Amino acid sequence: MVTIDHYLVLSAVLFAIGTAGVFVRRNLITILLSIEIMLNAVNLSFVAFGRALGSGDGQLIVFFVMTVAAAEAAVGLAIVIGLFRHRQSLNPDSFMTLKW
Amino acid sequence: MGSETLFYVFGTIAIASSLMVIGQRNPVYSVLLLIASFGALSGLYVLLDAPFVAVIQIIVYAGAIMVLFLFVVMLLNAPHEDTEEDLARLGIEPPASSDGQLDANQAAIVYPRIGRGPARFGMVLALGLLVELWWALTKGHETGAFGTAAVSSVAALGRSLYSDYAFAFEVTSVLILVAMVGAVLIARREPR
Amino acid sequence: MTPLLIAQIVLTLFVFVTLLSSAAVMVYVERKVAAMLQQRLGPYLVGPKGLLQPLADVVKLLFKEELRPRAADAWLFGLAPVISAACAFAAFAVVPFGADTTLFGLIPEGLRLQVADVNVAILVVFAIASMSVYGIVLAGWSSNSKYSLLGALRSSAQMISYELSYGLALASVLVIANSLSLTDIVNRQDGSWLGFIPRWLVFVQPIGFVVYMIAGIAETNRAPFDFPEAEQELVAGYHTEYSSMSFAMFFLAEYINMVTVSAVATDLFLGGWHGPLLPESLGWIWFLIKVAAILFFYVWMRWTLPRYRYDQLMRFGWKVLLPIAVVNLLVTAAGVLYVGI
Repeated sequence: MVTIDHYLVLSAVLFAIGTAGVFVRRNLITILLSIEIMLNAVNLSFVAFGRALGSGDGQLIVFFVMTVAAAEAAVGLAIVIGLFRHRQSLNPDSFMTLKW
Repeated sequence: MGSETLFYVFGTIAIASSLMVIGQRNPVYSVLLLIASFGALSGLYVLLDAPFVAVIQIIVYAGAIMVLFLFVVMLLNAPHEDTEEDLARLGIEPPASSDGQLDANQAAIVYPRIGRGPARFGMVLALGLLVELWWALTKGHETGAFGTAAVSSVAALGRSLYSDYAFAFEVTSVLILVAMVGAVLIARREPR
Repeated sequence: MTPLLIAQIVLTLFVFVTLLSSAAVMVYVERKVAAMLQQRLGPYLVGPKGLLQPLADVVKLLFKEELRPRAADAWLFGLAPVISAACAFAAFAVVPFGADTTLFGLIPEGLRLQVADVNVAILVVFAIASMSVYGIVLAGWSSNSKYSLLGALRSSAQMISYELSYGLALASVLVIANSLSLTDIVNRQDGSWLGFIPRWLVFVQPIGFVVYMIAGIAETNRAPFDFPEAEQELVAGYHTEYSSMSFAMFFLAEYINMVTVSAVATDLFLGGWHGPLLPESLGWIWFLIKVAAILFFYVWMRWTLPRYRYDQLMRFGWKVLLPIAVVNLLVTAAGVLYVGI
């Protein structure tokens, strides 16, 4: 018997995995991917709640979250490209000083 | 019965792929594994009676955003993360102190200044977050099976999108336009 | 195991086998039609009138050596043709090709001639089309060779650019038909106006049909949009390093994508399986005829028009086709609102 709790726990696990990725990984692109995992986990819980409450609003909010995630991924990757051109490195530790 | 096993199958695929995403060193493999995770999530959306969101997930996330990631990874020829073994093999030694100032030479070399300690601390924090979320999400409401859903057709979604959420919709389109312009501007080569 | 379930399993296998053989037929048709257009003979040695030529080609491909460059990424190199072929087959799973049939009374409920009857069928076709970009990108990148990478990047950029116009053409049909299910859209095109003009959507949406066909040709990397595979410039583009069965899978994927685009065009714009003279249960014959006509048009295009250069192709996709598709959608929406088409 699959209840909403199963979906919420799955969403929590995915969110934690994404958070772990952001903390542990030292590669800018993998960090952005972990952020996408977190956004997807949140989408899952939105849809689960929408289903449990019998409303279509959950799906609509997911629509907006996806759009914002797309915009954020585009700009984030553009920034990564710019940073890479500067330091030839994707390790965030290479960008720890403020001087050129 | 069938949908319950499907939930566990999709859930396992999603969790396993996500774990492998953050565990892979090659960023191309990470992107592909994330696509697999999105596929599993799409299956979960179908189980939650949301076929429209499921297909949109494939179209937008797996089919567009991940293509963007893959292009960037391929075009940057993204280097793998250097671990201490790689650095030792290359003859570069990581700095002894983790809070020393970088001098100009060292700043240009890729090396992991964060060692094992902070990474482990990060994992512990993430696990703490998981425990906290698990506890918070599973208490405080009447747990029960899903009721009979009011199946929201795509037409109903569209109607409420353009009436109740019309302002958010318009703002989102402006957001996308701004993001497009911004991304092109930031990623462009400076004219010399 | 009701008769309906058995019939559905058999239908799935039947569709799979038919798609495979359609690729073989298309190989022959392409070479014969090319020959006719170029006033030469084409294959005529193998079998009567060269009809066994596809068989000879398959046997040749099977017996070739399977090579993999040493610098190629083994996993991705093997995965790429699988993705291409799998997406090509999967896209056809939601395309209906005939009316409900009872198979001479064996299945009283009626068997829908569609492998998977989903109510968001148009979106599924679009989703799987956007996934097929990965086969090409991974093939080019994992081959670790210049020609492959260039061809793959160009091809994937072309595909994602023309996907926009593809989606907008689909959206225009959606606005008129009010349903995402392909079966509903086909059933809407039954009957005729004035007694002799069939109620096909191509007469209501001519610009949409043209946009869809152009975007479809660009999506399947066929001429005149086949610059990524241009033999003169890029050896063979993204599948340069592939041989034997992997190459055959890319080849197969291209032809099956063509068949899928034609089938979806038939369902959306040309009335699907509705046609005069034949009863509903034999509608699949009309479907075959219409799909064959569109495939002939595909081959005709390839051997008649010169190839677009890459920058001309991208300019056309973004600056010409996309605005036309957007304006078409606006006009359609206005028409539905105010005129009530």
